[in-house]
This record gives sequence, structure tokens and C-alpha cells, in this order.
Amino acid sequence: MSRQSNRTTDSKKMNSELFTLTYGALVTQLCKDYENDEEVNKQLDKMGYNIGVRLIEDFLARSSVGRCHDFRETADVIAKVAFKMYLGVTPSVTNWSPAGDEFSLILESNPLVDFVELPDNHSNLVYSSLLCGVLKGALEMVQMAVDVRFAQDTLRGDNVTEIRMKFIKRIEENVPAGDE
Amino acid sequence: MADEALFQFLHSEIIQYVKGVESGESVRAWDTRETENGRCVSKLENMGFRVGQGLIERFTKDTPRFKDELDVMKFICKDFWTSVFKKQIDNLRTNHQGIYVLQDNKFRLLTQLSAGKQHLEHAPKFLAFTCGLVRGALSNLGVKSIVTAEVSVMPACKFQVMIQKM
Repeated sequence: MSRQSNRTTDSKKMNSELFTLTYGALVTQLCKDYENDEEVNKQLDKMGYNIGVRLIEDFLARSSVGRCHDFRETADVIAKVAFKMYLGVTPSVTNWSPAGDEFSLILESNPLVDFVELPDNHSNLVYSSLLCGVLKGALEMVQMAVDVRFAQDTLRGDNVTEIRMKFIKRIEENVPAGDE
Repeated sequence: MADEALFQFLHSEIIQYVKGVESGESVRAWDTRETENGRCVSKLENMGFRVGQGLIERFTKDTPRFKDELDVMKFICKDFWTSVFKKQIDNLRTNHQGIYVLQDNKFRLLTQLSAGKQHLEHAPKFLAFTCGLVRGALSNLGVKSIVTAEVSVMPACKFQVMIQKM
């Protein structure tokens, strides 16, 4: 293998490692700043939300995805386009509820947790909580209120990472003041 | 992969978070904006340091030894900067006595801050993490340093590396 191609693969890898390592530094800082894991989870979720409301624009600009017609389409776009684009992984979409308003994203590997181990005194930490916030924030900007939570987490001993997403309701577009 | 965008959003959000924590802690009457800023910059720089150490460790696993200090700096300017910011440092100057100035004419993490004098006061916070990143990378390459940065004209900035003799 020539040195050049080594460099390219390395540089791609290093870029995702930049995000992973930075995220790790953030979680470490939050654990110092907050007394309990619940607070850290909440803060990560909130930060994720702030990122999500801006990320959606970036996503829509980069992908040529049009409006989704139903929740199933939304699930597919999230898994096959968004996750692939930003995290380089494609989770599988499974476990649909009979009503079609809830599904799971199963990640064989979660890039956020590369090199991570949870110490014993942080058993309630949902390390990747940022992702929940990102998904909630992004979908809110396209008029969908959703609930997102981790059902399984490899850091807490499960075999896979499972994110459970539930459709709550459609958000009516805000009518600007003065239009009434 | 648009992971660069994701990192930029995360970086921005981390700055907001640190700013929030530090302004929340400013209860003393004599706490000035400056000391608050200083604490933010410190926190961000330390985070960057840890990340820089981790990154360089994995990046240079199979790289042969560097000839000398200048070789290390060139690596930072070319390979390291390209991997992290998708471009090289535009200009490297040195006085050959342990001071290096790295100039990036279009620093990626400053593009989110709009040009204009009023935003210049926030620029140090947007440079702090990267200063730490460089200091951390150098540290794991066996080079002890102090890294500072300044913005002259947005989005160009200069990173100053002062090598400390161990």
C-alpha cells in the first residue's frame, strides 16, 4: 500500500476520532461539573437539541431528501442517510409498533463510544445522550415532536445499542405574529 | 462524510456550555468579563489538550521518528492540520529559536463567527480548543510548548507556539 493511500484512510479515521475524542472530553467535563449522572444526561440531551435544530439545515442542504410522507420514511432517512452522513454508520430500523408510531434504530457499533468505558460510579450515565437531543431537535424543525431514548447501550453491558423513537405529534407551523 | 460539520456544531455548543457555566459562577462583584473569558479559554484549552494527545497518538502510530523540532512543526502544519481541518497551514514562520507562528488564512472554526469588530471579542474562545489541540499533539510527540492564538482579520488567525525546553 502506498504511503499516500495510508494517509487518506488515516485522515478519514482521524476525523471521526476527532469527534469521538472531543465528545469524550465533553462528557468528562460534564461529569466534573454536575453531581449526578441524571444531570449530565439532561445536559447532554439539551446540548444535542441545540445542535439538532441547526444540523437539520445542514442535512437538508447536503442531501437531496424531500419531505417525508410518513414516519416510516422518516425512519429510513434517519438511518440510511443521516446516520451514514454524519457518523458513518447505518443502523437498522426494526421493532415497529403495531400502530406504526414507534421504532428502534439498532447500531452494531456506536462511534461515540470508541475507546470508552464507564467507570463503576457512573452506572446511570447514558453516555450518548447527545444523540437523543440531536434527533429531537432536528425533527422538531421539520414539524415532528418525537420522544427518543436509549433502550439498550453497549456501554452498560448490552450487546447492541438500541435507540427507541416514538412519534408524539405533528407540530403546527407557527404563524408569525401579525398574520392573524 | 460530513463529520467535519458535526464536529463544528459540537465545538460551538461546547463553547456555549462553558460560557454558560463560567458566567453562572461569576458571583463575585469584582469578577470581570475578562476573568470570565480567561476561565472559559482555560477550560476549552484543557479539553483540546486531552483530545490532541489522543489524536496524535493514534495518527502517528506507524509514522517514523521525526528528525528534529522543525520536522515536527511541519508535520503539524501539513498532515495534522489537513486531517483535522481539511487544509494545511498557509504559512509557517520561525525564529529558529523555539518560536513558531502558524498562519491559517481561513480558519474553519472561525467561519461560524461573522466578520465584524463586535465579534472579535469572542474569537479567543473559538481558538482555545485548537490551541490545546496543538499543545496536546506536540506534548505526545515529546515537545513541551505554550500555544496561543490571535485573530488579525477574520477568518485568518495565527497560532503562536513557544517551545519550552524540558
